[in-house]
Amino acid sequence: MRDRTSVGHDPAMSQPDAAALAAVNDLTLKDKAAVVGIGSTPYYRRGQSVPQTPLELAGKATLAALEDAGLTIRDVDGLALYSFGLGGDTSLFAQVMGIPEVRFTAMLTGGGGGAAGSVGLAASAVATGQATCVVSLMTLQQAVNRFGTSFAPRTQSGGQYAAAATPESNFIQPSGLMGPGQMFAVLTMRHMHLYGTTRDHLAEVAISTRANAIRRPTSLMREPLTRDDYFGARMISEPLCLYDFCLETDGAVAVITTTAERAKDLRQPPVYVMGTANGGMGRWGQAITWMNMPDEYFVSSGHRPVAQRAYAMAGIQPSDVDVALLYDHFSPMVLMQLEDYGFCGIGESGPFVADGNIRWPGGTTPVNTHGGNLSEAYIIGMTHVREAVEQLRGTAVNQVVDAEIALATGGPASIPTSATIFRRP
Amino acid sequence: MAASELPEDGEPVAKLPPEELIWLTPNEWTIHYWEAAARHQLVVPRCVVCGTYRFPPSPFCYVCQNQEVEWVEQPGRGTVYSYTVAWHPLLPDVRGSVPYIPVVVELPDTGGVRLVGDMVDVRPSEVHIGMEVELVWRDVREGVSVPTFRPARNGQ
Repeated sequence: MRDRTSVGHDPAMSQPDAAALAAVNDLTLKDKAAVVGIGSTPYYRRGQSVPQTPLELAGKATLAALEDAGLTIRDVDGLALYSFGLGGDTSLFAQVMGIPEVRFTAMLTGGGGGAAGSVGLAASAVATGQATCVVSLMTLQQAVNRFGTSFAPRTQSGGQYAAAATPESNFIQPSGLMGPGQMFAVLTMRHMHLYGTTRDHLAEVAISTRANAIRRPTSLMREPLTRDDYFGARMISEPLCLYDFCLETDGAVAVITTTAERAKDLRQPPVYVMGTANGGMGRWGQAITWMNMPDEYFVSSGHRPVAQRAYAMAGIQPSDVDVALLYDHFSPMVLMQLEDYGFCGIGESGPFVADGNIRWPGGTTPVNTHGGNLSEAYIIGMTHVREAVEQLRGTAVNQVVDAEIALATGGPASIPTSATIFRRP
Repeated sequence: MAASELPEDGEPVAKLPPEELIWLTPNEWTIHYWEAAARHQLVVPRCVVCGTYRFPPSPFCYVCQNQEVEWVEQPGRGTVYSYTVAWHPLLPDVRGSVPYIPVVVELPDTGGVRLVGDMVDVRPSEVHIGMEVELVWRDVREGVSVPTFRPARNGQ
């Protein structure tokens, strides 16, 4: 076991130099932008959003978010996205939706870790005067194609999200690792080996998340999940069973970001972007699709440096976070994020959740109060941003009393993972 | 493995994902590895300047950024770094191939190079992290061989 360690003090992780971090603080984005609107389509089970098109889902979520903010499409002048963010691309979206002029359009790279970071990108745009009203958007429709096999060879049954063989994937695909869940199972197995983490700990993540989901009308899973259900479920990729995997769903969620100044006069109380970061250690790299990450952080969520920078910008400690919306495509990656975000020591997440710490209400750090990707809906992490905003407006279904600061994360994934910390006025 | 060799508890022996899913698309930097694999040789590229092994083969040394490599033959023994047991077929193509056991194997004396393959000649419950394994090339088709691993035999 490693020593208990807090974020920013892991001796195994090489540190950004002090000057670079100081520069982050001098040029900070902190509190210069605010989320003023959120909107979504209903969440659908995989394929059931048809016959709506992805572009249609994206447009509906965006219009709902603008309505929420008291703005219209004529106010929009920017799009800050990440991979797969749109039903079409910016050009088609602007043309179809009637955006008067696009002054900013940018996308985080990557494939799963960027939803929270895309709001940070929007904050960057408005804080530097490049745009005034920026849409961040996530749309997902899995009618034909399934993210669950996104690293499968592109065969007839693999579908469009399957990956064409590359010189790099040649070193993974022959093993039959074809889904992210199988790959994260490999990290989980080693977490268990190093730290004594058990399936009971994974079950606590799944069960506590379900307990939050059942109270929420938007959730697709509204029946309680029992321990018997969990242990009776089929094993997918050892040690991960059915309930360690997120849902396969369709839908769209949009977020509107503007300047802190302009946010004061809009319909909703502003939710300020307090800190934001994306990226990761360079040798985290493609992560689960190469498996040669350095031993020091192989068993991690890849988030440690991102957490450190997000906290530094926000000027807070993990203990200041009132509610943590942690990207939960697979239950063990919630455990590893609890460690990497400093809510517990490295390797201590199993006992930490077993003690009830992530439960709502009553836990020290309520996690995924909306039901997460595991039990509400999987819109690649943008539901976590939505929940952060609802918590800080005081309108959440599972409201954390007096919540002032919320953390939303995107990924574990290849670089970039991302995080945005929000605060209420 | 014949059904008669199943243990009494019915635990199956590990299978392998189907050959139809295995296609190689090498480039200038990986072709040497795959050509050696087809000859049942394991070679790993090492930077001629600083001696750092890099894997998979790639155009730059991640430590010193030089390009030139020497190909160092490896004995094909290693330890299980981690693994999973794929019990559920994610695609129709693999329905007849479960359980299979993707494994990450760390090679000794390479600065921690890890290969990804599948375990063979083993039952799922026998695999564990730290297990000593040896490479067995799986001949997929003419010119295409990929690594699999079996428990190391003592004395070899």
